[in-house]
Amino acid sequence: MNQAASALGKDLVGLEPLSREQIVAILDTAEPFKEISERRIKKVPVLRGKTIVNLFFEASTRTRVSFEFAEKRLSADTVNIAAAGSSVVKGETLVDTARNLEAMRIDMVVMRHGSSGAAAFLAERIPSNVVNAGDGAHEHPTQGLLDMLTIRDHLGRIEGLKVCVVGDVLHSRVARSNIHGLLKLGAEVALCGPPTLVPPVFRELGVEVFTRVEDAIQWADVLNVLRLQLERMEAGYVPSLREYNRIWGVSNARLDAAPHDVLILHPGPMNRGVEIDSDVADGPHSVILNQVTNGVAVRMAVLYLLAGGQPEKAEAAKQGAE
Amino acid sequence: MSGHILLRGGRVVDPSQKLDAVRDVLLADGRVAKLGERVDASPDTRVLDCTDLVVTPGLVDVHVHLREPGGEHKETIATGARAAAAGGFTAVCAMPNTDPPIDDPATVGFVLAEGRRAGAARVYPVGCISAGRKGERLALIGEMVETGAVAITDDGSPVMDSGLMRLALLYAQAFGIPVADHPEDLTLSARGHMNAGLVATRLGVPGKPNAAEDIHIVRDLLLAELTGGHIHLQHVSTRFGVESIRQAKGRGVHVTAEASPHHLILDESAVEGYRTDAKMNPPLRTPEDVAAVRAGLADGTLDVIATDHAPHHYDEKEAAFTDAPNGIVGLETALGLVLTHVVGKGVIDLPTMVERMSCQPARAFGLDGGTLAEGSVADVTVLDPAATWTVDPRAFRSKSRNTPFAGWELRGRTRWTIVGGSVVFGK
Repeated sequence: MNQAASALGKDLVGLEPLSREQIVAILDTAEPFKEISERRIKKVPVLRGKTIVNLFFEASTRTRVSFEFAEKRLSADTVNIAAAGSSVVKGETLVDTARNLEAMRIDMVVMRHGSSGAAAFLAERIPSNVVNAGDGAHEHPTQGLLDMLTIRDHLGRIEGLKVCVVGDVLHSRVARSNIHGLLKLGAEVALCGPPTLVPPVFRELGVEVFTRVEDAIQWADVLNVLRLQLERMEAGYVPSLREYNRIWGVSNARLDAAPHDVLILHPGPMNRGVEIDSDVADGPHSVILNQVTNGVAVRMAVLYLLAGGQPEKAEAAKQGAE
Repeated sequence: MSGHILLRGGRVVDPSQKLDAVRDVLLADGRVAKLGERVDASPDTRVLDCTDLVVTPGLVDVHVHLREPGGEHKETIATGARAAAAGGFTAVCAMPNTDPPIDDPATVGFVLAEGRRAGAARVYPVGCISAGRKGERLALIGEMVETGAVAITDDGSPVMDSGLMRLALLYAQAFGIPVADHPEDLTLSARGHMNAGLVATRLGVPGKPNAAEDIHIVRDLLLAELTGGHIHLQHVSTRFGVESIRQAKGRGVHVTAEASPHHLILDESAVEGYRTDAKMNPPLRTPEDVAAVRAGLADGTLDVIATDHAPHHYDEKEAAFTDAPNGIVGLETALGLVLTHVVGKGVIDLPTMVERMSCQPARAFGLDGGTLAEGSVADVTVLDPAATWTVDPRAFRSKSRNTPFAGWELRGRTRWTIVGGSVVFGK
């Protein structure tokens, strides 16, 4: 495979810099890769001989494991580095960490970091492919992609749909990747939450803003419900989790008032009884576990494309053809 | 001690004397000895041919961070003073947010001594408003002034306690010095790393709203009015801030204020791509704010251009945006930037530039200089308005390289810098 021919460029830092065509290419490429995870022997030789480092400066289970499965099912050699216990906590800078990894001749880095812009920072400084697994409040592009793949699976399209992201948009990289990706694919996008967490400036991105979740439910075909972190209450953005649930929580009672069915997504991990009630999370319109399944396929597609794979050759590549 | 120097045939721009004409200037014994259409010199006088050059009273920067003591890996008083001279500045005022802070007479004396030893631009210490820069009680302001401090500020941080600011504005009147403030309400901005707005929202970087600066500008103006003290507002960056100062001046409030070259030239879009070399405090704001700062500079609402020269080691700026420190170097680019992008764009004319970069800063801080009147101190800047050059941070005299202007093509630069009758920059 030819590095220079990557359909995505060298890195996946966010969805904002991607074109509509590039996003569609990733989603389309994910389709044939879904099937690998359903096999008895879940392994194809697409990335055989590639070395990938999963560099996680913030705790993560779901995203890290999802990337790791994607890498292993494509036959890459992987190493996981978590901030705790690594040289990072001994004061090593991000630059030095990156240079040391590079010196070991790796091919790709999947990084999560608490600072917005950290993925772009790394990508500019090392020749390896960099995949952003979440940088501060900036972007989490593979989450945005798997959300879109899941919506497309269930509703058959993205264009023209009304998708509302509910919750702590201010601090959410998932929200930003959703906004950029969905707008590029022709969806209408809205945000909903307390104005302390969904300030009006977001309107300038070309989205609708609802302050009341009942209005959002009336409007939406899809709700993507974000986790409300306890720290937000401690920092004073909302007075209490109970009040948040009473006013912005997604419940069956509220969904029953909707004019039609609303598809429910959540990037996890859920706070049941805070932003989402259990009967919604476990209900017939929830596709939360489908998101998790699709996460592996989308990440396979991203890794394959960054390594120079062509979208139309993904099916053949699975069979071991180069 | 300096010998005699004759600056022959330059365009002398000295707003303190309302002068803009070709003149000769004779410097002798550290003073301006003679200024005239044709000045004869004795044979041992060094003659500097100033044909096609501009001769101005020495430029004065009332806002620089020289980092010593405590931050010598970023800058020292000596490297900062030499960077200043290379940038055409004959005097700089060193901010006290060092480690330890300049909050007692001993540290003031240290800065003065190191400044003299550097033998470049004059270095005037600015003392802290509050002991230890903690914002709790007044520092040894009287003793610092007696030792040589020319102003007080807790710059780098605001004085959050309005009661303390009121006391400072009262107490400082015994010594005739300005109280300089970095206006910022930290309760609105402490989490921020850039201007609040659409760019910050997209980048996922917490913002500092204009209101954080505006509230403290208005507070300081009210306290200056209440006390009759002299408030000097540092690095004004907001449109409402400029307008508030304009109105206060109209009421007779004793206020002077700064504009920094970067707030006159760049807006928040310079941060795109998480450029840490465009990260400073106050942050780069919107084009509307830039226009207001320019208008304030032009009509005299903002009296002074000051660089807020803030050197940082490259390791510190080589970090994710929210982890990098605030500030950019400014001493060696200010003159070229202002000539090219402020004077060159017709915002102000050359005499007004000299007014804002020499006469008024000297006046605001009560310093020698700011004039070429006969008998005044022989601090002179000779600049070549036609010289084109490219900003190359590797060539800086400063220890640090953190500038968003690397690679910019500028027109106009220092030819000679003369302090006390001695050439400290230029051959």
